[in-house]
Amino acid sequence: MNENQHSSWRPWALLAPSLGAVFLLLVVPVCFIVVYSFWLRAPSGADIVAFQFGNYSKFFQDFFYPSILLRTIRVSLECVFLCLVMGYIPAYFFYRSKTRFKSLLMLLIMLPFWISFIIRTLSWINILGDTGLINYLLVSAGILGEPLGMLYNEGAVLMGLIQYLLPFMILNIYVSLEGIDQSLLEAARSMGCTEWQAFREVTLPLSLPGVSAGSLLVFVLSAGTYLPPMILGGPGNEMIANLIFKRVIGTLDWPFGSAISVILLLLVGTIVWTYNRYLGINQVFKAMQ
Amino acid sequence: MQNHSPDIQHRSPAPQVPQGSAPSGAVSEAAASQPKDAVGQEPAVRLKGLMKRFGKTVAVQETDLTIETGELVTLLGPSGCGKTTILRMIAGLETPTKGDIYIKGRRINDTPIHKRNLGMIFQNYALFPHKTIFENVAFGLKYRNVSREETREKVSQALEMVRLPGVEKRSPSQLSGGQQQRIALARAIVIEPDVLLMDEPLSALDEKLREEMRMEIDNIQQQLNLTTLFVTHDQREALSMSNKIVVMKDGRKQQEGTPEDVYDYPDNYFVADFLGHANFFDARVLEVLDNDQVRVRIAEGLEFTADHVGRWREGQDVHLVMRAQKINVTSPDLADEELESTELNYYPGRIYDRSYMGGETSYFVELDHGVRLHIISMVRRRPHRIGDEVVLHVPARHCGLLPREK
Repeated sequence: MNENQHSSWRPWALLAPSLGAVFLLLVVPVCFIVVYSFWLRAPSGADIVAFQFGNYSKFFQDFFYPSILLRTIRVSLECVFLCLVMGYIPAYFFYRSKTRFKSLLMLLIMLPFWISFIIRTLSWINILGDTGLINYLLVSAGILGEPLGMLYNEGAVLMGLIQYLLPFMILNIYVSLEGIDQSLLEAARSMGCTEWQAFREVTLPLSLPGVSAGSLLVFVLSAGTYLPPMILGGPGNEMIANLIFKRVIGTLDWPFGSAISVILLLLVGTIVWTYNRYLGINQVFKAMQ
Repeated sequence: MQNHSPDIQHRSPAPQVPQGSAPSGAVSEAAASQPKDAVGQEPAVRLKGLMKRFGKTVAVQETDLTIETGELVTLLGPSGCGKTTILRMIAGLETPTKGDIYIKGRRINDTPIHKRNLGMIFQNYALFPHKTIFENVAFGLKYRNVSREETREKVSQALEMVRLPGVEKRSPSQLSGGQQQRIALARAIVIEPDVLLMDEPLSALDEKLREEMRMEIDNIQQQLNLTTLFVTHDQREALSMSNKIVVMKDGRKQQEGTPEDVYDYPDNYFVADFLGHANFFDARVLEVLDNDQVRVRIAEGLEFTADHVGRWREGQDVHLVMRAQKINVTSPDLADEELESTELNYYPGRIYDRSYMGGETSYFVELDHGVRLHIISMVRRRPHRIGDEVVLHVPARHCGLLPREK
């Protein structure tokens, strides 16, 4: 009897600290944001407690804000695609490599995380800028007459996003590649596959969970970041997070900033949900068991 | 009182196996059903001085091995003995450091894996989890340009062969371990491989399933007359399935022969110890008798007569080997006193421990001078108890002698 009673509450007791943390650090702040988004902002700048949808209707009033939202999605998708292409290759290399320095190489992938994101982003100015490294080399080598404008455009923003997000993609893909049973490849080879065919038949499909998880992570992080567009982007390259940043930090307009946040949350949430449902991370995982 | 052989079924070599230079005119039914090009004088597999070194460690010492068409040869040995490395070299998954591999007389060292036409079975089944059973079994056919119709037919034949018809649409995860291994078998045989390579195919299965699969593989192998190389550390599998066993240790072949040969006449201590339960005693040859027997002493007053297999001389230090299953144990009152005095190798002892295992019982018997023996005996009526006085008898032909190793 006692045993049974024990077992019914014990899992919850063990889960309590993490549930508590998730609740306090995630659910509560989001609730605050949601509540804020219905408040009113007086012209004087004071926040007035209210329940109205003015902030939301303001967002959709004209095409200005939604277009930023659309741009955010487009840039994030571009970023996912580029990270995928640029991430799969090194991940596959690590996976196949038999070098003793594998862990060192993995460490190098992690290394950027130890350096401040802002510093890393700012450093691209010194690389891509008019007087930056690339232009300096090209001009002084006589290949270019005048420096190429590489900064303050979408390309630079993507560059900044990729340098931030690529490790996430590589690690996710690498982990799923590592999980592939070597004997599957050997089986495929023994049945007549060339190395490339075995890759297509076995490695690629079985690494899809990692590709899928990495893509989702990169997309979500990309859609929510504001530093690369702020530092490396021009006036037309703002993303939704920049908008929130400006409202909340710049003009202290918490209610409107919150409303944009909620819209972003709903949008990303819907995309993740749909993705999960139809592209099915779960499906792929199920197949692997 | 009777001897009993260990509880393994021996299999006589298939009659259709062409032995060495036997005339190939005698084509039996089974041989006729195999691919046309398989008939010939050349053995299905021949390894010549095959050697593999990983860095500084030699995984496989220079090894020669021949597998005739339709034969099942087992590489038997503890882990790390090099058996899997040999299999992987034949498969093309490892490159030999030295030596040659011939399949049907053709040297295949430089043939890439995918052109070797071998069937492989792995310990963990290695079914493609993202493909259906049909796609799994049809996999090899897809790369052999087999038409769609023919593929469907061959897949369903292969599935019938492994007694799992109609599972085409399922996914591997929906099948049990034993069923998955059967699918793996179907997948390997559907391409009609020149050689079937099996790497510990049964060790992931539980005892009962293992027995079942063992017979299944055995049947299919004989039915299709498949040349098979079987790698295992399990002596029961090796003894029950093989035409020939190659016992290995530390990358070196220890002994090669039929199951009966290897079991009954081990060449050295390792082979005797690895196969079955054996008692080993340090002994000295007392006398070489005229009647092809040898008298050895393991302690003062404990002398045994052994059949003279090999060449022994007086005063030589040897190991006396007695298989646990080959020692008879009786109550003193049942043992015929007269027989006891005339026949050889009778000794009284006392059971100091036993473990009852249902069909058979392990007895641990102490003789004079504290000499202890392990005996495995079929239970006829009632098993002996701990403390019982018993009489042991070991026929001279079951007393083996091996050279003493330093």
